[in-house]
Amino acid sequence: MTTSTPDLPRRRRQRFSLNRQQLVGLAWQILVVGIAVAIVGWLWSNALHNLSVRRISTGFAFLGREAGMPIADTWLAYSPKDPYVRAFIVGIVNTLRVAVIGIVLATAIGTLIGIARLSSNWLLSRLAAVYVELLRDIPLLLQLLFWYVLMQGLPAARAAWKPIEGVFLSNRGLVLPSVPIAEANLWVIAAVVAGLIALYVLRRHLMARQVADGKVRHLWPYALALLAGLPALVSWSLGASWTVTMPELRGFNFVGGLTLAPEYFALLIALVTYTSAFIAEIVRSGIQAIPRGQWDAAAALGLRRRFVLQRIVLPQALRVIIPPMTSQYLNLTKNSSLAVAVGYQDVVSIANTTLNQTGQAIEAIALIMMVFLTISLGISLFMNWYNARIALVER
Amino acid sequence: MTSITDAPESPLPFGSARSRKTTGHHVIRWLRANLFASITSSVISLILIALLAKAFVSLVQWGYWNAIWSVPSDQTGACRSIRGLGACWAVIPEKYRFILFGTYPFSEQWRPALATLVFIALFYVSSRRRWWRKELIAVWAAALILIGVLMWGGIAGLTYVSQDRWGGLPVTLILATFGLAFGFPLGIAVALGRRSKLPAIRSLCVLYVELIRGVPLISLLFMASVMFPLFMPDGVNVDKLLRAQIAFVLYAGAYLAEVIRGGLQAIPRGQHDAADALGLSYWKKNGLIILPQAIRHVIPPLVNTFIAFFKDTSLVLIIGIFDLLTTAKTSIIDPAWQPFSVEVYVFVGLIYFVFCFAMSSYSRQLEAQAHPN
Repeated sequence: MTTSTPDLPRRRRQRFSLNRQQLVGLAWQILVVGIAVAIVGWLWSNALHNLSVRRISTGFAFLGREAGMPIADTWLAYSPKDPYVRAFIVGIVNTLRVAVIGIVLATAIGTLIGIARLSSNWLLSRLAAVYVELLRDIPLLLQLLFWYVLMQGLPAARAAWKPIEGVFLSNRGLVLPSVPIAEANLWVIAAVVAGLIALYVLRRHLMARQVADGKVRHLWPYALALLAGLPALVSWSLGASWTVTMPELRGFNFVGGLTLAPEYFALLIALVTYTSAFIAEIVRSGIQAIPRGQWDAAAALGLRRRFVLQRIVLPQALRVIIPPMTSQYLNLTKNSSLAVAVGYQDVVSIANTTLNQTGQAIEAIALIMMVFLTISLGISLFMNWYNARIALVER
Repeated sequence: MTSITDAPESPLPFGSARSRKTTGHHVIRWLRANLFASITSSVISLILIALLAKAFVSLVQWGYWNAIWSVPSDQTGACRSIRGLGACWAVIPEKYRFILFGTYPFSEQWRPALATLVFIALFYVSSRRRWWRKELIAVWAAALILIGVLMWGGIAGLTYVSQDRWGGLPVTLILATFGLAFGFPLGIAVALGRRSKLPAIRSLCVLYVELIRGVPLISLLFMASVMFPLFMPDGVNVDKLLRAQIAFVLYAGAYLAEVIRGGLQAIPRGQHDAADALGLSYWKKNGLIILPQAIRHVIPPLVNTFIAFFKDTSLVLIIGIFDLLTTAKTSIIDPAWQPFSVEVYVFVGLIYFVFCFAMSSYSRQLEAQAHPN
């Protein structure tokens, strides 16, 4: 601000006036927001009126009432006498159960298919291309129904297929050998996770020191101690039991072991194969995005091929791969809601049943939206964090 | 991108197969270069050939050798006796009219068939580059009106058929096409809004896009089928198909907006500056300069979105609208034909595949034209 007083009034006037462009902008905003508010307000007043006519009280009080809906396939203890809120939690766990395992399997299979697509073996690359094209061009829901029908067409439990000892495939689903999980076992798993985190921190520290003084430091003794020694110690001190129980056929069903219900298994297969086709394409284009010159340059330096792939090509390819991969993970999670078509009770299916039983449509849909927005946000945040870590740092 | 028929030049130096000196007949030379270049490659090839041969033999046995192609009406005993060993293709001639056209009056089914052909012709015309001009919008309007006349009837001597009797392939095509036809302008508007300098409009567009993209399509369809009537004033009854159609338009709008936004971001700043320097208004600048370039940029991802959208229309099965997948699933409720759902799903899968494969090879072709190297 200058001290010359004669200018001051004019300046002030200028500062508070808007030019034509800003006025038009303001008018547009008022118009659009006004229309949006009017539409939402109109819908809302209709809804309030309709709800009062139908004597449906809004709010989430219904969550405390008895659900009375049976849930067949669940990891948590649940009975139809439990309240709705418990049913919703069971549904969320069911959604996460299929989404998380699906994401891991789809990533593994998709990456393999994507690399196979680039193989110099003609047959392998053609087969991978057919796999991708076939699965991508048929609706997921159709594939899901197809797998489910195949699953139902499998022989009964008595005549179950036994590909390897202890694994049974029948119209009751897939039965696998399992380890009973007691509290001690959980502590051992926690020890493995803690070991992984410690190893990660240690690795960064060792790398930093290696960068500082140039001396090679080995990580594997620490890895052995943290990932094998520590869990073994915890397991021994708590006396955890690791006996594998083999499923057995008794009468018409299996006893012991881990059973994947046909609904869950069909949904998992459909989600994994469908998403893996998209992931394969992402991996393929990611690797192809790295110019051949990078390989040649690394070879000219005398680096070994595995080292080149691990340290030069893959880190660069990951930058191309991660953003579209994130949206595939989100798609898989959202697509898990197709569970309702085969009767696997995920959160959408349970919300739908709730909606039919109580008429609380707005609340049920709001709950679905909340759950999925939270999961989407979680995946996005994690992948963005990972993406930022591997992103190109330009100096 | 490469198409399925041409072998890609591998970008990875996995073995130096192609540089090896080869002699002999060209077939042997080809085999040696592409299947038996190294020990690992040979082992993989042999395993794959064995597996493929086994799969092929059992597929031919099931689908052709042991298959039954026709049975006297509803006498499926012969089919039942070979269940698991051979396909019962007899279910297709028995049920194809219902699968393709649902409960549309039988004697009038030439009308949905003709509507389907109009749709296909419309898609073909829209895919040709020399047809990409303003008249195309008029062609679309005319074709959609023609399809409406064919499906509804009520004029020109056609008997009236209400929407709840529509079904099968035309319904799938209607949901997809109208969803895109209305979702596309919506997507453009939202994409522009999201890049606007006006904060209120921008946040409204962000809210819309993120809300729709954040939840599964099924929950939108539930909303359309269950919540929509709650939000309407008394006495207003919107048809179920129309409600689903509205949900699809909103859904397509959000996804298309993101694709178009990608195209808008690819337009260099200089284009905006040049348009401003010419004194063009906001609408003229975007309509004449920015959008035509932006949309051209994103045609391949747009086609991919169309494919995804076409497949997603099958989700109306869950809210009980008779699209192609629902008619297929309903056609095998008939106890006589119940065990033969695999055959029906294969048949319907083939129809979906033909449409999607046509679109995806078209997208590859466009991409190849855009990046000749």
